[in-house]
Amino acid sequence: MSRYVSYRDFDWLLLIFVLIICGLGVMEIQSATQHTKFAGAHIKQIYWILAGVGMMFLMSLINYQALLEQIHWFYIAGVGSLMAVLVFGQKYLGARRWIKMPGGNNHFQPSEWVKIILILAVAKYFAEMRQRELSWSDFIKAGAIVGVPMLMVLAQPDLGTALTYVPIAVMGVFLGGMQWKQGLAVGLLATVAVGAVFFTPRVHVLKSYQKQRLTSFLEPDADPQGSGYQVSQSLIAVGSGGLWGGKGSQTHGAFLPVPQTDFIFAAFAEEHGFVGALGVLLLYFIVLMRLTQNAQTAPDRAGTFVVMGVVAVLSFHILVNVGMVVGFMPVTGIPLPLMSYGGSSVLFMFLALGMVMNVRMRRFVN
Amino acid sequence: MFGRDEKVSAIRLTAAQYIILSVFLVLAYGLWRLQVMQSDYYSLAAEKNRIRNVPILAPRGKIVDREGRPIVDNYPSFSALLLRDSTRDLNADADLIAQGLHLDPNEVRTRIRRFASMPQYQPIFLKEDITPDELAFIDAHRNELPELDTIMAHRRLYPRNGFMAHLIGYVGEVTEDMLNQPQFELYSPGDMVGVSGVERHYNTLLMGKNGFRRALVNSHGREVGRLDETPAEPGKQLKLTIDLDLQIAAEQALEGKNGAIVAMDPRTGEVLAMVSRPTFAPQDFSVRISRNEWNKLVTDPDKPLLNKAIQAQLAPGSTFKIIMATAGWQEGIAQNLHVNCTGGAEFYGRRFGCWVKTGHGSVDLEKAIYQSCDVFFYTLAEKLGIDRIAKYATAFGLGQKTGIDLPNEVSGVMPSEEWKIRNFKQKWFAGETISVGIGQGAVAITPMQLLRAISAISMGGRMVVPHVITPTDMPPGYVEAARYLEVKSVPIDPSGWNYITDAMVKVLQPGGTSPMAAVPGIEIAGKTGSAQIVSLATRAKFKNSDDLAQNGWFVGFTPRRNPDIIVCVLFQGGEHGKLAARLATQVLKAYVDKQRRTPQKMVEKPKSGGKVDMGALWTLPDGDGHEDKLEGGRYVVDLPKKPLVAATAAPGMVPVN
Repeated sequence: MSRYVSYRDFDWLLLIFVLIICGLGVMEIQSATQHTKFAGAHIKQIYWILAGVGMMFLMSLINYQALLEQIHWFYIAGVGSLMAVLVFGQKYLGARRWIKMPGGNNHFQPSEWVKIILILAVAKYFAEMRQRELSWSDFIKAGAIVGVPMLMVLAQPDLGTALTYVPIAVMGVFLGGMQWKQGLAVGLLATVAVGAVFFTPRVHVLKSYQKQRLTSFLEPDADPQGSGYQVSQSLIAVGSGGLWGGKGSQTHGAFLPVPQTDFIFAAFAEEHGFVGALGVLLLYFIVLMRLTQNAQTAPDRAGTFVVMGVVAVLSFHILVNVGMVVGFMPVTGIPLPLMSYGGSSVLFMFLALGMVMNVRMRRFVN
Repeated sequence: MFGRDEKVSAIRLTAAQYIILSVFLVLAYGLWRLQVMQSDYYSLAAEKNRIRNVPILAPRGKIVDREGRPIVDNYPSFSALLLRDSTRDLNADADLIAQGLHLDPNEVRTRIRRFASMPQYQPIFLKEDITPDELAFIDAHRNELPELDTIMAHRRLYPRNGFMAHLIGYVGEVTEDMLNQPQFELYSPGDMVGVSGVERHYNTLLMGKNGFRRALVNSHGREVGRLDETPAEPGKQLKLTIDLDLQIAAEQALEGKNGAIVAMDPRTGEVLAMVSRPTFAPQDFSVRISRNEWNKLVTDPDKPLLNKAIQAQLAPGSTFKIIMATAGWQEGIAQNLHVNCTGGAEFYGRRFGCWVKTGHGSVDLEKAIYQSCDVFFYTLAEKLGIDRIAKYATAFGLGQKTGIDLPNEVSGVMPSEEWKIRNFKQKWFAGETISVGIGQGAVAITPMQLLRAISAISMGGRMVVPHVITPTDMPPGYVEAARYLEVKSVPIDPSGWNYITDAMVKVLQPGGTSPMAAVPGIEIAGKTGSAQIVSLATRAKFKNSDDLAQNGWFVGFTPRRNPDIIVCVLFQGGEHGKLAARLATQVLKAYVDKQRRTPQKMVEKPKSGGKVDMGALWTLPDGDGHEDKLEGGRYVVDLPKKPLVAATAAPGMVPVN
């Protein structure tokens, strides 16, 4: 089978666009962290990107169909690692999200690579479906595949990462033949659940900081020193950028919180203005459209589901992160893929792209 | 059913693309709205972010004595500030900050929480009067702890050794309780305000108004430039009526003793000296006082924080007999009363002893005053009755606040029939009146009240309101000062006034109760008093222990007619009024001595040093040395540059000139 696989079919164009976005990210990290204690983070980011590209090539070599055959073992391992985090994880800033790796100061966040497993698991599940329209039981089973690890991540607690699992399931059921009434019912249920969790004082599902973040999203000026501070500083940063960008006093004056990670888009928008920010959005849009195109030309149903799972996660990240930066979404702590500083996020994105390449390179196999 | 290679619905894939497109359009609109439509608004907000308001602290006004000599001054010191508009996690840094500034980390966190409601451009004061090593710590951690800053502040410099501590008071950081009171509503946490004494009463004058500087801050929160500056308005200088020379004399007189001394000008009510002992060191309060030190001060049985001149409520003892004499004269009883003192007398079935056990023999009003005969005043009290006594005592201000411009003055008690019914729901027993006649029983007054009452009698009924500032010397618009110029008049028969004050002069003459306190060359009118704290029977039980010793009192003024100074001494545990009298005469002597050596009493004071043209007559021995020859002529005399005054500043203060 492998003799049909050729790097001529590797999506070099996609890689170029991805690397342009990464390059802009590195530039902005350099600009935002100079003269701070994070100075030099852009060098580390370049190492992460290089490691990511390497892993992407490795990933593209392993036949995704072979991976799908073994997906139940990966799924069990993924859930197991999340369990390990809950039991042995390092507690940092009130949440157990990391496992300390032996040797060095590295921390590993299993909830990131569980995303990849979920994309594959959902793809496998729907690829083997035999009917055009989704039954309620399929619907619930697909929900459970994503729901179990999601609840475990929520328990860490890490609401942001847990939410990024949702689009995998949504994209799966949508493409898998979801009926309108199912979509409507789930949408309604989700609205009621979110409302109940947030507005019922006796249900302490949300941590107080999570609630505060949501409140400050609704009313940024209510608590200008706390999380509302982040929202208002982000809006000021973006807004003061104007059409062509400005001095970047919000970013360089350290008024904008964590400008190298969650608020990197705000920092970029401040320094490069509406034109620059729109350009970045356009680059992301091109990447997403290119990915969807790859999904359409996939050799089988499973391949389409794998690629569209990646599309779903990437779109969701962009929606939530940029939405937060422009004040449409609450502060959730979700990074902007490819641009935000951070090893876990970069490695996940390149692994996911590796899977896409994997699918694309085998499009003529059958 | 479909096969394994059946494709996913193309329509749904296209739908997904359109959904993604619409998401991007919404995000693009979000950017457009912020960066194009509202760009000006946010640019302004970004500009505001870079501007920080840095306070410029207003120095508190100095406090000087009546001759302009400094009593309370300021000295420059550094305070540690916590800037909250940096994005640092202040709570995380609290441990390092606390370590460097020698503070309790929890205290730092509590402070951060307390100030959370304040606008964030306002920095928090972490520690006042930091030491050089703490200053060095802040300088060395400019990069690690950019939120730490220093500010130059003016600290209060108080006289040493608790000199005048009660009158001056002290300053402290405004408390939350105070901020809730209407008179402090304009202050903000961290402000230093007067907590007691003059510092508190005249806080609004002394405090001044902080200015601020709008500064541009760079990426590290450091100042890189300034936009503009609103200068601070320094507090006003407060000129007291206190005469430093007299204050020093009074402080020395009471050194090592318990009690109070107040000196006043009976013509105006200007307080010339005020001392309370034991004292405390107000300097300890000008920065934050430790809990231990505070507890020690509060629990001390001698109550060093109490200004006994206006806050001690005690029986006045025999000094009250002057009030009795005046009341008796006005009622036409005292001048005609003659009593044979046999060392005691029986009233209402109970024997009341005279302090002279052998008795005074035949006693009239004059002898009763200078010999302080108890039996005479028992009899007078019986004839007057409590309500007539209370009427006069109240008219002279006993049992009421004097209205002095110092905080927390107490009113004391002047009993009457009505008072007893109101407070104890009991009828007044006639026997109680007898004790009141010699200033015992339920009578409880402050030294200030006694001073004011006797002052009124010495001035023929002129009642002044005592005060420590010169009302005519206050800044314009300070209307409150006008009430210190108000004078009330209590009618006193001039012949009675002459009679009583003459008798008071005899107190310090041979045959009086306190001849040894007399000062040659100064005519002092006064009255001694020894007041029991507990009954004699209780005292005997405790074997005359020192704790239960009697309080000695003395009120005296000079000269006998139209006095210009009156002094009241409370000598707690001083056993007898004659000991108190000695302390009082020390102060009176210091006053008179100063009057006599100050040139302005004799000639017009020259402007500054210079020469005075004098004419003179003198005799010269003639040739053989027997006959004097009279000569006359003019002399030009050099005057000393500085006036001949003992003190130039309060202890620990630097003189102005």
